[in-house]
Amino acid sequence: MQPSTEQPQLLEIRGLTKGFPGVQALDHVDFTLHAGEIHGLLGENGAGKSTLIKALTGVLRRDAGIIRLEGQEVTARDTADALSLGIGTVYQEVNLLPNLSVAENLFIGRQPHRFGLVRTGEMRRRASELLAGYGLDIDVANPLSSYSVAIQQIVAIARAVDLSAKVLILDEPTASLDAQEVETLFGILKGLKSRGIGIVFVTHFLDQVYAVCDRITVLRNGRLVGSRPIAELPRIELVSMMLGRELAAEALHRNQRPAVTGEPLVAFQNYGKRRMIEPFDLALRPGEVVGLAGLLGSGRTETAKLIFGVERADSGQAFVDGQPVRLATPRDAARLCFGFTPEDRKTEGIVAELSIRENIILALQAQRGWLHKIPRAKQDEIASRFIKLLDIRTPDAEKPIGLLSGGNQQKALLARWLATEPRFLILDEPTRGIDVGAHAEIIRLIERLCEDGLALLVISSELEEIASYSDRVVVLRDRRHVRELSGDEVSADTIMTTIASH
Amino acid sequence: MIRRHIPVLITLAVFIVGYLICLAQFPSFASTRVIGNLLTDNAFLGIVAVGMTFVILSGGIDLSVGSVIAFTGVFLAVTIERYGVNPYLAFVLILGLAALFGAGMGFLIHAFQIPAFIVTLAGMFLARGLCFVLTTDSIPINAPAYGQITDIAFALPGGGRLTFIAIVMLVTFAAGIVLAHFTRFGANVYALGGNRTSAELMGVPVGKTTVRIYMLSSLLAALAGIVFSFYTSAGYSLAATGVELDTIAAVVIGGTLLTGGYGTIIGTFVGVLIQGLIQTYITFEGTLSSWWTKIAIGALLFAFIVLQRGLSAASVRSRSA
Repeated sequence: MQPSTEQPQLLEIRGLTKGFPGVQALDHVDFTLHAGEIHGLLGENGAGKSTLIKALTGVLRRDAGIIRLEGQEVTARDTADALSLGIGTVYQEVNLLPNLSVAENLFIGRQPHRFGLVRTGEMRRRASELLAGYGLDIDVANPLSSYSVAIQQIVAIARAVDLSAKVLILDEPTASLDAQEVETLFGILKGLKSRGIGIVFVTHFLDQVYAVCDRITVLRNGRLVGSRPIAELPRIELVSMMLGRELAAEALHRNQRPAVTGEPLVAFQNYGKRRMIEPFDLALRPGEVVGLAGLLGSGRTETAKLIFGVERADSGQAFVDGQPVRLATPRDAARLCFGFTPEDRKTEGIVAELSIRENIILALQAQRGWLHKIPRAKQDEIASRFIKLLDIRTPDAEKPIGLLSGGNQQKALLARWLATEPRFLILDEPTRGIDVGAHAEIIRLIERLCEDGLALLVISSELEEIASYSDRVVVLRDRRHVRELSGDEVSADTIMTTIASH
Repeated sequence: MIRRHIPVLITLAVFIVGYLICLAQFPSFASTRVIGNLLTDNAFLGIVAVGMTFVILSGGIDLSVGSVIAFTGVFLAVTIERYGVNPYLAFVLILGLAALFGAGMGFLIHAFQIPAFIVTLAGMFLARGLCFVLTTDSIPINAPAYGQITDIAFALPGGGRLTFIAIVMLVTFAAGIVLAHFTRFGANVYALGGNRTSAELMGVPVGKTTVRIYMLSSLLAALAGIVFSFYTSAGYSLAATGVELDTIAAVVIGGTLLTGGYGTIIGTFVGVLIQGLIQTYITFEGTLSSWWTKIAIGALLFAFIVLQRGLSAASVRSRSA
């Protein structure tokens, strides 16, 4: 459905700009949404998708730019205001009230009432009618929490649309749904589309983009990369828009190293967890670097968390040295001499208030048990050894780690695990947010570690980088390990075409 | 449908089992006299527990209610006995004062985002302190109106009496049930306890609701204070110490989740009756120290909190399965 040219667009954003200290989150971004259109909003981490949505719905104030809704310039003061303007948002984490009944969630604040008393029967009847329009036949008197996330999401959509939404924003609505639930949701979206509602759909799943979207807009590093009708857009082009990389004419040269042979150190067979990652097989030999590549949300971090026991697998078996092992908690993993530096360094990695020394000895101390305190002299020795070894730039080991730069924090985190003399290290985005110099050092460090006989599993969004040090690369898509590249296949180009293929 | 009524049903089962045990040992528990006294003796606790249920449902707490009860008693005794104020006028005055006091606490909690625990703790000391400013003595209230009111009672078959203050409690509970379950205000209270941020995003008037919740709680505490002054015919600064904790215990035993969002007014009613039952049993028994009431309530409270954890964990499991 293409509106005629004289008619104003449903939603028009021009030159939207928003900066945070040190980051330009949005830089003159344009965005146009037609009525009766499902518009995919895509981009990797930090691209500016959530900032765009927040600026649109009044959660954040924009620095500059114009937002027009049906030709009228609007500025939402908050989400409630946005909703009254006709912009409804449904988040991945459903923002409804789990303890209230489904009917109350749909009608709170506007319950039908008589003489000050809520007409519960009437409210439930209307709620059932409303949800029947979405093909949902449930007991609306039950609390919302008694239903699955998928149903809660449909209730949230029904509520937003019923509050006269013209624009419906869905922020990663499918992230915790299974395939059949996604189908149901898409059916509903298509129904809303035919009613002339404009839908902004944020997702990481390419298959879903192609299944349901009419147009896509890609953001990268706060800038608009482009806005295109999906029908004319080959997958490979979409992926290169997202990753910001053209297909290179020739494969990049990488250090050819002899293929690693021998018995696997760690192996996983049919290892997986429902709704997180489909079962996969993976084996690493000592001295081998295996890269995990894929778009955001493809299951890279989920794989790492499963392997380190942060999440518990519900299928398959893990082996170390050929022996079956139990990997239910990170403690189990640490006991098996695994190490893990998480993606989100600030919240999952460092303890910002503690000193560098304390951060470095943390894992080692935990491994020994808290009753066997590492003598202070030994602690100092370990800390200074790693500060020197990894070239952590700091005046002394007693400085709080929060005051270091990102690269040095990352090195200290590596030191934390190296101090435990691990046999297998998992590095999730070890080079994110690190300046160029430190970046190269971390990569050199990775290469040195595997020469020392460690098995390394590295996750990175930087395709060149991952291709340069990995012996093998596992490519993930839509929470599945789709292909394992080895030997000459390991190149940024093959990785990209594999991500885009289907 | 049934699952969300489980906590109340368990509370009810505990009451029935407890009652049967009492009955087996002391057949006179079946008499309307004992039942009438059970209602009369716990009238003030029941009234203040209705307000507390709203507070806890919204995810808050009100520690000031015991002090408000004491202040009400002292205020009534001083104004009626020393200054000769008409008792009915004194009732209106204290109810108005208490409503203002509660609204003030609610305002502080909302406007400055101070935890309810802190604000109502301050309110507790403030109200108790004001009692001592008025008087440090126990002042008996001899106004004729008091005699007339306490004489009002319906004779129950079998010699028991349904007293005026018991009726006030029953009416308060009935009004509380309507307010909680059949008004927009009630839905907003549950919404606040479910998730404050979501409630705000969904357009629930969070500030207005918070102020009204604490206003209601203090108002009902003052009403409980009036009832308490009928019951004791005196005002005393040290009266009703620790009643806030008995009240919270009654609410939790009644199946209301201490973290807010889940619970019923009728459950609180049964919770109050269970406390009263234990107290009555110990009086009948005669050899036990009255402190055993506290021990029994403590054990019961503990059991109920563990049970609630178990139930909510079970419901999460059944949903993800």
